[in-house]
Order: sequence, then C-alpha cells, then structure tokens
Amino acid sequence: MSAAATTETKPAVPAIEKIKVKVDGREIELPRLIADWSGKLTPTTMIQACELAKVDVPHYCWHPKLPISGNCRMCLVEFGTPALGPDRKPVINPDGSFKIAKSPRPVIACATPISPGLEIYTKTPAVKLMREGVLESLLINHPLDCPICDQAGECKLQEYSVDYGQSESRFVEAKVHKPKAVDLGPRILLDAERCILCTRCVRVTRDIAKDDALGIINRGSYNTISTFPGMPFDNNYTLNTVDICPVGALTSKDFRFKMRVWFLKKVRSVCTSCATGCNIFIGSREEKIYRYTPRDNDAVNASWMCDAGRLNYQWIGRADRLKDVLVRGQKATWTTALNEISDKLKNAPAGSVAIIASARQTNEELWLVSKLKTKLNAITDSMPRVGEADKLLVNADKNPNTNGARLTGISFTEMGINLEKIADGIASGKIKTLIVFGENIVKRAVSNEQLRERETLSEVVEEHGLTAELLAKLDALIVSDILPNETTKLAHFVLPGAAHAEKRGSFISGKGRVQKFMKAVEAPGEARPETEFLRTLVATVAGQNVAETPEGLFNQMAGEVPALSGLTWAGLGDTGVTVPI
Amino acid sequence: MIVNRKPLTFWERLYLPAILGGFKVTFRHAFNTLFRGKTVTMEYPEQKWAVPAGYRGAPYLVKDQDGDTKCVSCQLCEFVCPPKAIKITPPGGSGLKPDRLNAEKMPLEFEINMLRCIYCGFCQEVCPEEAIFLQKDYSLVGTSRAELIYNKEKLLSLGGEAGGLQKWKHKLEEAKAQENFPVKI
Repeated sequence: MSAAATTETKPAVPAIEKIKVKVDGREIELPRLIADWSGKLTPTTMIQACELAKVDVPHYCWHPKLPISGNCRMCLVEFGTPALGPDRKPVINPDGSFKIAKSPRPVIACATPISPGLEIYTKTPAVKLMREGVLESLLINHPLDCPICDQAGECKLQEYSVDYGQSESRFVEAKVHKPKAVDLGPRILLDAERCILCTRCVRVTRDIAKDDALGIINRGSYNTISTFPGMPFDNNYTLNTVDICPVGALTSKDFRFKMRVWFLKKVRSVCTSCATGCNIFIGSREEKIYRYTPRDNDAVNASWMCDAGRLNYQWIGRADRLKDVLVRGQKATWTTALNEISDKLKNAPAGSVAIIASARQTNEELWLVSKLKTKLNAITDSMPRVGEADKLLVNADKNPNTNGARLTGISFTEMGINLEKIADGIASGKIKTLIVFGENIVKRAVSNEQLRERETLSEVVEEHGLTAELLAKLDALIVSDILPNETTKLAHFVLPGAAHAEKRGSFISGKGRVQKFMKAVEAPGEARPETEFLRTLVATVAGQNVAETPEGLFNQMAGEVPALSGLTWAGLGDTGVTVPI
Repeated sequence: MIVNRKPLTFWERLYLPAILGGFKVTFRHAFNTLFRGKTVTMEYPEQKWAVPAGYRGAPYLVKDQDGDTKCVSCQLCEFVCPPKAIKITPPGGSGLKPDRLNAEKMPLEFEINMLRCIYCGFCQEVCPEEAIFLQKDYSLVGTSRAELIYNKEKLLSLGGEAGGLQKWKHKLEEAKAQENFPVKI
C-alpha cells in the first residue's frame, strides 16, 4: 500500500494515559479516555473495557454511537477496586498485587468509568441472577408476539431470553396492553406493547438526526414512546430507529410482514443513491431484494443511513427491466451483437465515436470504457446528477461514482461539460457512433413523473441539446442500460446491464473512499455485468487482454490509474480505503 | 469358511413329498379364504385401512373454532421443512386483512408441494399457532405436478377445524378490559 492510500478512519489522537484493569480475571491495558458517540474524549466505561476484552455484556439501551442513557439495567456487573489502607495508599498483598475490595453492590457497566486496578466480574452467580431479574421484569408486559413480530430473529429480547430467561412466566396478573400498530410517521409503525423503553430511538433522532421528535409520555406501566400529538415522525433518518430498536416496537412500513429476517442473505454492498457511499447490507432471498440496512463504517456512515437511500431498491426488481439483447429492435445474442459492434468500432474513423458513460458505473467498467476511449480517440463525458444535501449523510452529488469517472479520465472536474460538444458533433455529422452507458440522454422535461422512479432522489441536469431528432442522425446508437427509457427506445443496439446489487465492483465516494461491493442477486434474463462485454470490446477493438474478474480488473486498474496506485482488491477490505482526489 | 452341504436323504430325494407339502399350505389358504372368510388382503382402493391415531399423513392447515385461519405466516414451518416443500407468501404491504384482526397477519399464499413432503411432522411440531397438522390422508392423487402443489384454499378446506386456546382473542379481550390507558396515541 502506498503512502498516499491510508486505511486510517480517525485522525491520530494525542497520547492518552493507559490504565490496567482486569475483566473476569484477565488483565488488559486500556486508554483512560476514549472517543464517545460524538467523537469527544470521555472516560472509558466498563462496558467498553469489557468489549475491548472481548467479554460479552448484555445490554439494551447502550449503543456505541449514542449518548449513554443507563436505563435498561441489563449491563449490571460486579466490580472491585484496590483497597486503601489508613494511609490512603493501596494495600499490597504479599505477592505484590493490590488487595481488592469487592463492591457490595453492582453497577451498570455502560455508565461507570474505569479506574486503575479495577476488576470487573461479569460471570459471577450474582450477575447472572441480576440479568435474570432484569429480563424477567422487562418481560412482564412484553407480549408473546414473536410469530407475528418482524424483529423475531434479530431481537435482543429473544436472544437474552435464551441466555437468561425462564421457560415460564411467574406473572399471573393481566399484562398492560398498549396501543398496537401506531402510525408514527410515513415510514414507521410503533407497537407500544413491545417497547422496553430503552430510549435508543429518542436519542438517535435527537442526537444523530438532530430532530427532537420522539419522547416518552404517560407514567409508570403506561410509559409509551410518542411524537408530539399531530406531528409526524418524518425526518430523513427515521428508519435508523428501526435498526437500533432492540425489540420489535418500531417497525419499518416498507419491510413490514414482507419476509422473516432469518431467510435474508446479507451481502456487503454500498448505497448508490448519492456520493456519500454509505456501507450497507443487502438483504435478499431467492433473487429478490427485501431491504437495505446500514453497515458499520466509521469513516463513512458510522451506523446510519438515510431513509431515501435505504428505500431506493425497488427498481432493481422491476418487471420491465431490460432482459434481452436487441439489435435494431430484434432480439439477438450477445455474440452477434458484440461482433457487429466491434466491427463497427474497428472500422470507425478516429474521432467519429463519442461515449457518454455514467458515474453510476463501477470503476472497473469506467476503466475499460477509458481504454476504448483512448483507442477510438473518442470524446467522452458522463451525466451530472444533483440534488439536495444535508448536514449528516446526504450528498448533493447523486452519482455514486463521480470521482471514479473523473479519475479514470471519462469526465472532468465539471461533469457534463462535453455533452454540448457531443451534440454539436452529431449535428455537424462528425460523430457517427454514440455509446451510452446507463443514462437516459434524451433531453426531456425534468418534472416528467414517469421518469422519476429510478431518479427519485435526484434531478438530472439537462443543459445539453441531445434531442431525439439529433440522435436519429447517428449511424449507430449503442446503449447499455438497466431499465427501459427514451434512449433505449431509440438505440440500434440495446445491451442489458446489471444493477450494482447484481455484480461486484468498486466505487469512489465523494470524499475519495474506494469501496468495493459484492453481488447479492442474479441479473434477470440476458442481462450481464457490463465488464463482461466491455472486456470483449476492449479485446477486439483495442486488442488488449484484460482480467476476467472484477478483482483482477481492479488490480490491473490500480497499476494504471495514478490515483489508485498501490491498491489491491483484497486490500480494500470491507470498509474501503481513502485515496486523495 | 467352507460349509459342507449335507447329502440329501432318500426321502428328500424322492421330491414329491415337498410338492405335496407346498400344496397343503396352498389349499389351506384357499379353503380359509373361500369358505371361512379369513382374507389376508384388502380390496384397495375400495377398502382402506383404518388409520391409527398419531399417524403422520399429509399436512393441512386448520381453522379455529370461529372458522378463522390460524396461520399467522411466521414461516417457521417453511424454515424447518427438510425437503423445502412449504412456500409461504407473507402479506407484506398487500393490504390483506387477517381473519383475526389482532393477530395482525396471515399468509397471502401458503403452498405445500405434496410431491416433496416427506411427512416428517416438523411443521406441526414447530408451529407456534397450532395451525398445521399432519392428518390422515396418505394417498394423494394428481395428473400433473402442479396439481400436487396444494394452495392455501385447498389446504384449509382439507384441514378442517381444530379448536384450542385462542390466545389472540384472549389478548384482545384483555386489552378491551383495560380501558384506562391514559393518553391515547
């Protein structure tokens, strides 16, 4: 790895005093201060010490990315500190160790700072009894809804019940019944009965999304999470409350009753809705995508993602996906279409080919396109796509790989600057062949509702003169896309492509983070990842043999693209590497 | 190891006594069947076995004593089914209202491929709602493979009714009795 590329996720912190504590008899050395949820240095807590010592402490309300609340009491542990003699100095045992005075009462590990010589006991019979007691109290009013609860399978209450629960309830009175299926906002349903009042949702929306929308109303057994009466819970980060809800109280309307979570295959991927590149898991079953959930990456999105990006997955499974290779409107095979295209490109005079690539393509694809560009001396660009940004995660650039398009030489600092030149070239008859990847280039009304679906989050900037009449002047319009649109209708060659969830590849985020993503589902019909046919074209037109796999392509590309030098596919890891851009 | 074959005796070598012995058995059975009514076979399929209690036949869905679908589409049977014979389509956002409203959901579609089913009974064992039972049908006939994929409608009509504890109804009644919930949300 070169000096330029780093995997550091946090800026270097000044040296912090280390202290020694014992967790279950094993001594570890820990920093006295540690970054809290907001990045501020705060005293290290016992639960963090246990986590670093790889000792599991059950908890509900504590979350590493949220302020400490300390209300669930599940993380109670016993501890001891060095005993002090009459001289206020630690008493030393004959063997030189501290004499430990065990505290008569337990503490919550999430909110108690560590001190030198501290000993934490998490496996004593008393701790087990306390956990059992806390769990029993939490289950008093919790309904036995597991068969109809979407959280079942990823529910902390279920998990800890297996560890500390009892097979039968001792509670003989009627449970308190609270409202079920309460509509909190456009994307969230609340089942108040299931709530254990850990207030994680209150904190995530107040401290992360900066929208103090949730709170607890009523008293005692009737405590309930609620919004202010009449105020919908509708900020762009509401679905994070569903992720962090340890039980099934907050459920996503989108995912509600769609599939049980234990069927979902989790695949590491990256959100493509904007240039932030939030790390996600794609949950799919039998080639159908059911949900996106955020994946922890402190350098990009911590544990969060926006609702808009999270729900922008349905287009992948749309029934009208391009599934066939079309040559002048007729179904064809990949072989015949590619033979014809490569003949056309081989015989094209220099400068008669233009390529409009997409900043939604992977680096590997863009790199192969740049090889065609060099060979054909083609004019290239890609389409800018802008929208609104916010202060947390949403980027104004709605293309996931703008930097990839720039670094591979497809587009320039100002994206879309060449589109007008391409339009002029077609009008003057100089450009005879146009290759388009994943973009609807035909100029259209921006507010056209039917075109919005794939572009829910963005406005395509259309300050160019590529009209349908102009495109009709071309000898060959070669289009590779995922969904049908005006451009694919006009195309002489339609090559069905694969969505990011259907292939492997890498993107470079707006901040220069190179991140790879994995394949979750198969592409429908004849659709193939674009690298497969680009490889063939690069071999036949440019006469270069390139690697067959995305891994090999990435490694070859890293050798040729200066900004990526020294990187390897394997070196990207699960959370990526930042490169200077 | 060599097993030495004993030489046949004179009586055995005569051959006819063994034939007569065989005829004796044959005629005894013929006599018993024809004149004493002691049949050992059965005129299947006109006649059928009385299936004993606990027999594991084809799994069908049952309704409760109010005639409502018991299945809540938890998909545990689909998960546990060793030959993957069960396929459930959960209601999702389809707007399907369950028969018992407080149970919140029931399957949009429930299919059992009877050609795949191995009658192991895991689905019945795992069901938290007592909504599926292995019943007494053992001879399922169809003229195509598709015909032997039973859908929800067919499974419910074949399954009949099985009462029991109505926990969702009980919960609803309990909730109705508590009308003192302070601030409604």
